[in-house]
Amino acid sequence: MSKHVLLVEDEPNIIEAVSFLLSRDGWSVSTHSNGHDAADVIRAKQPDVLVLDVMLPGRSGFDILEDIRSEGVCRDVPVLMLTARGQTKDRERAERLGATRFMTKPFSNAEIIETLHELSGS
Amino acid sequence: MRRETLTGSRIRERRLINGQKQADLARKAGISASYLNLIEHNRRRIGGKLLLDIAAALEVEPMSLSEGAEAALLGALREVAALNPSADCELAQVEEFAGRFPGWAGLIEALAQRQSSLEQTVVSLTDRMTHDPQLAEALHDMLGAVTAIRSTSSILVETDKLEPEWQDRFHRNINEDATRLTEGSQALVAYLNNETSDHQQVTTPQDEIEAFFQRHGYHFALLENGGSDKQAQDGIESMIASAGDLLVSASARAQVQRLLARYWSDAQAFGFDAMLDDVSIMGLEPASIAAKREVDIGLVMRRLSSVPGPILQPLMQDSPYDIAEAGLGLAVCDSSGTLTMRKPLPRFALPRFGAACPLWSLYQALSRPLIALRERSQLSGRDGAPFETLAFAAPVSIPQFGAVPLLESHMLMIPLSASGAAQSIEPPRPIGISCRICPRDDCAGRREPSILASGV
Repeated sequence: MSKHVLLVEDEPNIIEAVSFLLSRDGWSVSTHSNGHDAADVIRAKQPDVLVLDVMLPGRSGFDILEDIRSEGVCRDVPVLMLTARGQTKDRERAERLGATRFMTKPFSNAEIIETLHELSGS
Repeated sequence: MRRETLTGSRIRERRLINGQKQADLARKAGISASYLNLIEHNRRRIGGKLLLDIAAALEVEPMSLSEGAEAALLGALREVAALNPSADCELAQVEEFAGRFPGWAGLIEALAQRQSSLEQTVVSLTDRMTHDPQLAEALHDMLGAVTAIRSTSSILVETDKLEPEWQDRFHRNINEDATRLTEGSQALVAYLNNETSDHQQVTTPQDEIEAFFQRHGYHFALLENGGSDKQAQDGIESMIASAGDLLVSASARAQVQRLLARYWSDAQAFGFDAMLDDVSIMGLEPASIAAKREVDIGLVMRRLSSVPGPILQPLMQDSPYDIAEAGLGLAVCDSSGTLTMRKPLPRFALPRFGAACPLWSLYQALSRPLIALRERSQLSGRDGAPFETLAFAAPVSIPQFGAVPLLESHMLMIPLSASGAAQSIEPPRPIGISCRICPRDDCAGRREPSILASGV
């Protein structure tokens, strides 16, 4: 049975490219593109791995991460955070809130696939 | 050293400017040269008839000798000392220093302004991503496009036997992102070019705006004489164009354009002659005048602050006020408390660095909108001058159900004469300029420690 990855990202062309890439790699991919209700969607879908962008419309990825780590079924889900800002303080904040890995845009296809395999233990 | 003792320094300075010998001036004033020498070195107090005689001999107004034009300078020097506590400046002697060495004091103020401007530039350049939301947004958008292009192009290159429909879709996506990237990079270059040119200024835009208004005495006769909107617009553009030496940054020019357009609009709604008529009959009563003319109280306050002191003073003969050359002061702030319009007075400075005193009625009015506040205030410090402040806040946004309106607050500062201040039954409410240069140590509004010793 394929592993399930949920991609929370607001750039439609990144969603399309990464979804295509992960599907061809054998993942079951679902996507979501706004921050407002992202925490509810994550808890409902219960992915094996979560890819979470930091800058999202409606609510930041940091807030969403803090929310899902505080309670519910996704407290321990591996989270890969994506950001266009490679600042040290953003990385430290992500780690403090419970991100498993942190990746700065632009990333390579091989890099994201390799990281997701590591996080899912596959 | 108290302010009045500095009168001697001013007499000496003026005499030297006039090229008069000490003995000649003493003879004209009817005193000995040795006594004049003591006065000039601030070792004898001077006032009354002798001050009038010396002023006449020097051919200057007595007030120019007895009152410090350097209050703003003193405020700036204290602020500089507050920003540099390790220098351990002799604050008790700041007035003596400014009086004896006005050139050096002015230079320190100018250097502090330059330092402040450069520090602002450094802060904005070293952490642009955090402090500049426009830049952060632009870079985020561009990096998003780059990420999509990189990922998509890799798929096109590395995927064997990619279906034609996927190829078409990815080609289209790359084209979209490349266009977005081009437009974003061009906009970013234009933005950074503008920012760079602005940051190259020695002074801040606020400094430029204040210098422009001070040059005109906060009064613009060109905009008081009626005419068409087109003529007013041309006049405004002409004034801004001819002030190229002051209004260097695009930001300052845009702000002055906005303020002068409002000045013109105010003058159209409430003409200069009508204003003088109302003041001569009703006094400085913005609420009553506004009701009579059916205009906003804030508008009347702005109009009153534009009247030159020499025109206003004769209308105030039997009033408790002491209107000097500068006329009335004005501070306007938005809902955040940020000062958006400033007309400081020689003895009521507005803070150049940091936030103002939270005790000002300007801010109290924000929490009590549509209520006209009038109070007698005394600025803190040894030389604290008495003022009457009138404040009023009103919504500036269109009311909507469920939405809190944005407010704008106005505060008019009217200098009180000594006798006028004494008429007050209630003691004046103590206020300050800003915490760091305020000596009051029992103030509920204090945000940070003062650098002044109590009683300074």
